[in-house]
Amino acid sequence: MLLISCPFCGERGEAEFAWGGEPVARPSFSATDAEWGDYLYNRTNVKGRNRELWRHAGGCGQWFVMERDTVTHEIFGTVRVGA
Amino acid sequence: MRYSAMQLIRQGISGAPWEPAWRTPELAASYDAVVIGGGGHGLAAAYYLRAVQGVKRVAVLERGWIGGGNTGRNTTIVRSNYFFPESAAMYDFALRLYEGLSEALNYNIMLSQRGVLNLAHSEHDFDLMRRSVNAMLLNGIDVELLSAAQVQREVDLLNFAPDARFPIHGGFVQRRGGVARHDAVAWAYARAASALGVDVIQGCEVTGFVREGDRVVGVETSLGRVSAGVVGMSVAGHSGVLAGMAGFRLPITSYALQAMVSEPLKPILNTVVMSTATGMYVSQSDKGELVFGQGLDLYPSYGQRGNLPVAQTIVASMLEMFPAFRRLKMLRQWAGVVDVCWDYSPIIGPSPAPGLFMNCGWGTGGFKASPVGGWLLAHSMATGGHHELSRPFDLGRFTSGRLVDEAAGAGIAH
Repeated sequence: MLLISCPFCGERGEAEFAWGGEPVARPSFSATDAEWGDYLYNRTNVKGRNRELWRHAGGCGQWFVMERDTVTHEIFGTVRVGA
Repeated sequence: MRYSAMQLIRQGISGAPWEPAWRTPELAASYDAVVIGGGGHGLAAAYYLRAVQGVKRVAVLERGWIGGGNTGRNTTIVRSNYFFPESAAMYDFALRLYEGLSEALNYNIMLSQRGVLNLAHSEHDFDLMRRSVNAMLLNGIDVELLSAAQVQREVDLLNFAPDARFPIHGGFVQRRGGVARHDAVAWAYARAASALGVDVIQGCEVTGFVREGDRVVGVETSLGRVSAGVVGMSVAGHSGVLAGMAGFRLPITSYALQAMVSEPLKPILNTVVMSTATGMYVSQSDKGELVFGQGLDLYPSYGQRGNLPVAQTIVASMLEMFPAFRRLKMLRQWAGVVDVCWDYSPIIGPSPAPGLFMNCGWGTGGFKASPVGGWLLAHSMATGGHHELSRPFDLGRFTSGRLVDEAAGAGIAH
């Protein structure tokens, strides 16, 4: 069981949290099909240290950013979005 | 050496050691075709490159040992009960290859067509299942709808108690589905490929691609540089890592998928049981262990371990469905790193890097497709284009939007 520190609520068990994906920037509406496909579907799928969005779904419901190793599952830190 | 009863007697009497099932050659400096990944898919691709496509010098490069990745970590289920015609055609091609594989490769893969039974737990479940079954029948797949009473006749161990959390309203079965010995599939392809002259190189990690302009013309490995006429990748959970080395990204996320086995029992479960509502699937191995698994871990991972909250859910689901298993001890638990596509369908064919071909994105259900994944990758590498079965699974569907959405379509665990 991972202990995840929600920037709003403090440390809670992993079962309260939902993974929210890699941060991606939405392209403009004039983007080509290839650009939209890339935005919608393609992911870097990093092996190792990675920056991800998470949500305290079973708690305060807030989104935050977590830095995490996808091999060891070590958590390096959590911050509020935009912080 | 051909395996036969006569050979068994001869070796038994003479006491001579069996010759290794495959050669252990040195890595050559150049090949006509190099396949990255020595799992069931990669070894099958190498075998079909040589045996079907007639490519002369072929090598398979495996970072660890052959069959040590997801080929050795799945729950060994084979079936072709898919909703979309494109999927059913491809998975049934795999099942037909499996049906003839022991004979074709002279190696017993212990295919046991004991049936795959899927359960419906409510009226609505059953309505949806009827729709799926109709689609599968139209796809030419041998499935039968079963009433609750028929399900009980097949597997009376299931929880038919009036207060069951997941009451059983019916089900459907594919009789040709079942299980096969997963390691044997890798070994059979490795042995047959090696006998045809394919170099199976273990302990050889690919660290980069050799380019000439845009084109991939070889690979850098832990054992040195290898030039190749054509390169194929068949590395499941590490597809994104290899794509990164080749300079592109894929619509794939890697997750850990867990499975576990109980202590061995006398024969008690004679079919494979799956449930959409609990996501659980279970069968009994020839050694007597109950082999079971469920859904993905809750976040992406490259760790072959699996996390505790999901392990707990898997066990809880199985015990709810099979109260008789409550006092069993667990023997082993493990996870494989699976390459999940958004539509739960694979990606096969040319990659954005010329000279590099892909067979990936099989997600949680790759074992059953090992023969067809290999067949189609070999076809694509040899011809530069698509086999008619792989065309719908081209990477281009993530630009055109024409997904093969089995995630929504099949309504069954993958």
